[in-house]
Amino acid sequence: MNPLSYDVAKLLAGLLVLASFLMLYQVRLSALLNMLGVHAFILALAVAWQATIQHAPELYITALITLVFKALLIPAALQRIVTRLGLHREIEAITGIGLSMLAGIALVALSLEVMLPVTAHIDPVTREDIALALSVVLIGLLMMVTRRNAVSQVAAFLSLENGIDLAAAGAEGMPLVVEISVAFSALMAFLVIGIFLFRIRERFDTVDIRALDEFRGDRR
Amino acid sequence: MTPALLAILALCATGMLGVIWARLPAGRWGVYSASLGLSVVLMLVGIGALAAPPSGLTLPLGVPWIGVHLRLDALAGFFLVVVNLGAGGASLYALGYGQHEKMPERVLPFFPVFLAGMNLVVLADDAFTFLFAWELMSVSSFALVIAHHRESGTMLAGYVYLIMASLSALLLLLAFALLAGPAGDYAFALMRARAVTPGMAGAVLLLALLGAGAKAGLIPLHAWLPLAHPAAPSHVSALMSGVMTKVAVYGFIRIVFDLLDGKLTGPPAWWGAVGVLALGGVTAVGGILYALMESDLKRLLAYSTVENIGIIFIGLGLAMAFRATNFPAGAALALTAALFHVFNHAVMKSLLFFGAGAVITATGARDMEQLGGLIHRLPQTSFAFLIGAAAISALPPLNGFVSEWLTFQAILLRPDMPQWGLKIMIPTDGALLALAAALAASCFVKAFGITFLGRPRSALAAAAHEVDRFSRAAMLGFAALAVLAGVLPGVLIDTLAPVVSAVLGARLPVQITVPWLSIIPVAASRSSYNGLLIFTFLTSATLLTVFVIHRFAARTLRRAPAWDCGFPDASPATQYSGASLSEPLRRVFGTTLFQARTVVTLPPPGDTGPARIVKSRRDPIWDFLYAPVGQAVGRMADVMNHLQFLTIRRYLAFVFIALITLLLALALWQ
Repeated sequence: MNPLSYDVAKLLAGLLVLASFLMLYQVRLSALLNMLGVHAFILALAVAWQATIQHAPELYITALITLVFKALLIPAALQRIVTRLGLHREIEAITGIGLSMLAGIALVALSLEVMLPVTAHIDPVTREDIALALSVVLIGLLMMVTRRNAVSQVAAFLSLENGIDLAAAGAEGMPLVVEISVAFSALMAFLVIGIFLFRIRERFDTVDIRALDEFRGDRR
Repeated sequence: MTPALLAILALCATGMLGVIWARLPAGRWGVYSASLGLSVVLMLVGIGALAAPPSGLTLPLGVPWIGVHLRLDALAGFFLVVVNLGAGGASLYALGYGQHEKMPERVLPFFPVFLAGMNLVVLADDAFTFLFAWELMSVSSFALVIAHHRESGTMLAGYVYLIMASLSALLLLLAFALLAGPAGDYAFALMRARAVTPGMAGAVLLLALLGAGAKAGLIPLHAWLPLAHPAAPSHVSALMSGVMTKVAVYGFIRIVFDLLDGKLTGPPAWWGAVGVLALGGVTAVGGILYALMESDLKRLLAYSTVENIGIIFIGLGLAMAFRATNFPAGAALALTAALFHVFNHAVMKSLLFFGAGAVITATGARDMEQLGGLIHRLPQTSFAFLIGAAAISALPPLNGFVSEWLTFQAILLRPDMPQWGLKIMIPTDGALLALAAALAASCFVKAFGITFLGRPRSALAAAAHEVDRFSRAAMLGFAALAVLAGVLPGVLIDTLAPVVSAVLGARLPVQITVPWLSIIPVAASRSSYNGLLIFTFLTSATLLTVFVIHRFAARTLRRAPAWDCGFPDASPATQYSGASLSEPLRRVFGTTLFQARTVVTLPPPGDTGPARIVKSRRDPIWDFLYAPVGQAVGRMADVMNHLQFLTIRRYLAFVFIALITLLLALALWQ
C-alpha cells in the first residue's frame, strides 16, 4: 500500500468527521445547510479517492452522484425551503452546545475503540474508514436527538447517511447497484421529508417539532 | 410407518376439506366418518408396532439440516393405540353429537388437525418435529376450546390454555436444547447417543416434568384444565381429557426414560424420582379434592383427570425410583401399572365425557344441581356412565381397579428403600393414593347419584330424552371396553410387556399362561387378582338376587307415593344435593386448604326478607401462584404503557442510547 494514498484516505475521512463536528456546532439554519454541502463534498472527494486507490471506476459514478445530489442539489433545495419558509435568519435555541461537542468527541473515541479491534484483520485503509464512518453516523444521530427543528433534523439525517456511504465506499467489492440504491433512497427520503416540512408548516405555522407533540396532546 | 404417515396427511386434508364441508349439511358426516376411518387405520398401525422392531423414516422437509425424522417403536405404537382409540370413539360419538353443534364451521376444520397433531407427536423422532406437532396439537385444540366463543368464560379459558400451552412448549424446548447440546443434535437418535452429566440430567428431568406436566395437568400447573376442558364441545373435551393429557405423559416418558437414558455418566439419580412421586401424590389428592367441590359435571370430570394424571405420575415416579436403585422387576411393574392406567383413563374419561355430553344434549344443563332422575329418561346413557363412574372409582371387576391395584403392588413391593427420600416418599404416596381412590369413589357417587338418581331438579331434566344411536354406540362400546379390560387384565399386561421391555429392558412375567385368567404381577405367594372370578361372582350374585326377589316376593308391582315425612308434594329442590353430599369432606379438607366458609345471614326480627346462606371458597394455587403473576404482568404493562406516548425526539434518543450502550458493552467486553 502506497503510504500517500493511505494518508490521503485517512485525511479525507478525518475531514468528514471534522465537518460533522462543524455541523453539530451550527445554530443558524442556512449555515448548517452550507456545512451539509461541504460535508457531502468531502464525502465525494473521499469516494473518488477510494475509486482511484481501489481501481474501481464504478465508484467514480458514486462520487459523481454524491457531488451532484448531496453536495449541490439537496442543500440548495433545502436552502430554498428555508428561505420560502422564512427561516433563514432563525437561530435555533440549542442548549449545551459545548456538552454535545464533548459528547461527539466521546463518540469518536468510542467508535475507534470498538471498530479498530473488531476489524483487526482487514487492510488499514478500510479499517480507519469504517471507524471514522461509524463516528460520523453516531454524530449524525446525536444531532438528530439534540435538534428540535425539522430542517436541521433532515440535515442531521443526511449527514448520518453520508457516514454510511463512506463506510460502503471503503469496503472493497461493494456493488454499484447497492450504492445507487442507497443514494436514491436518500433522495427519496429528502423528497418525502421536504413535502412533509411544507405540510407541517401549513398546519402549525412552524417547523419546530415540539408543535407536533402539542398537537398529539401528550407533551410532557 | 408409511400408512401411518399417509393417514396423518389424510387427517390434515380432511381438516382442509372441513373448511368447505362445514357449510354443507353433510359436512359433519364427511369429517367425522373420515376421522373415524383414519383413526382405525392408525390404531391398527399402532397395534402392529407393539411387538415389531422399530421402523423409522426420514423426510427431507422442515429445517434443512435436521429434516423430519419419524419413528414407530413399541412405546409409540402403544400411545398410537391409546390416541386413536380415543379419537375413533370421539369421532363415532360426534357423528351423533355433532348434529347439535350450532357453529360447525368452528369445529369441523380443527378436529381432524387436532387428531393429526397428536398422532404426529407420538411418531416424531426429532426435537423440531416433536415441538411442531406439539404446537399443532395445542393450537388446534385452542381453536376447538374457543369454538363457542360467545359463552361466558370461554375466551378466558382459551386465553389461560394458550398461555399454559406456550409455557409447556417453552419448557420442552429448553429440555430439548439441553439434550441436543452445543452441536445441535436435534434428532432423537443423536440425543440418545450423547453423554449426559447428572446435573444436566436433573435439569432436563425438571424441565420435562414441568413442560409435560403443564400439558398433562400436574398440580400446580393444572389451572387451565378445568377451564378449557368444559368449554370445548363434549367430544373435544373427551379427547383433551382422555387423550391429549396422555400425549403429554408420552412426552415425559420419551424424554425421561428414552432420551435421557442413553449414556448417563452414572446411574440415574434417585432424587429425581422423589420429585416426580411428590408431585404425583399431591396431584392425585388435590385433583380429586377440587373435583369434590365442583357441581359442574364437566369441571368435575376435568378435575378428576388431574387426579388420574397424578396416579400415572406416581407409577412413573416409582419406575424411576426402582430403575435408579437397580431393581428392574419393580420398575417394570410400576411402568406397566402407569401405562395400564394411561389406557384405562383414556377409556374411562372419554366414556364419562361422552356421558356428560349426552346429558348436556338431553337437558341443556351442566350444573348437577339442576339435573336428577335421568336414569329413567336416559337409561342407556346412565348405564354406560355408571360403568365409567365405577371404573374410575377403582371398583373391581372394572379396569380402573386393575391399574390402581398394580400401582399399589409396586408401592408395596419395596416400601423401605435405603435412600431416605424414597423411604419417606413411597409410603407417603401409598397413603395419598389410597386417600385419592377413596375420595374418587365418593366424588363419583356424587356425580352419578345427583345427575341420574332422585327426582328431576329442573324442568329441563324432567323433559330429557335418550340421545341418538351413534352417541349411545360410542358410550356402550367404551363401557364394554372398560369391563373387558377389567376382566381380562392379563391380556393387556402381556400386550404391554414388549413396550415395557423396550423402555426398561425388563418385563412382567407372562400372564396368559396363569390358569383361570388370574394375574400374578410378582409372585403367587405375594398377590394375585382374578377379574373374571369377581365378575362372575358379582353377575351371578346379582342375577340370583333378582331371581329370588322376583320369584318369592309379592308378584304385583305397586307404584305408590313415597313416604313424605308429612310434607306432601315436596319440591325436588329439597332433595339431597351435590353440595350436601360433599359438605362433610368440604368441612374436613376445605376449611383450611380451600378457605371454605359458610356464612348464614338471618334477617332481623320483623323483616320479611329471606335468610341467606353464602358459601365461599378460594383456590389457594390460583391465589398464590397465578394471581400474582397476572398482577405483575398487568403492572408491568401499565408502566410500559407510558412508552407509547413519548415525543419523536425521545424515541430517537432511545435508539441512540441503545446503540451507544451496545457499542460500550462491545468495547468493554473486548
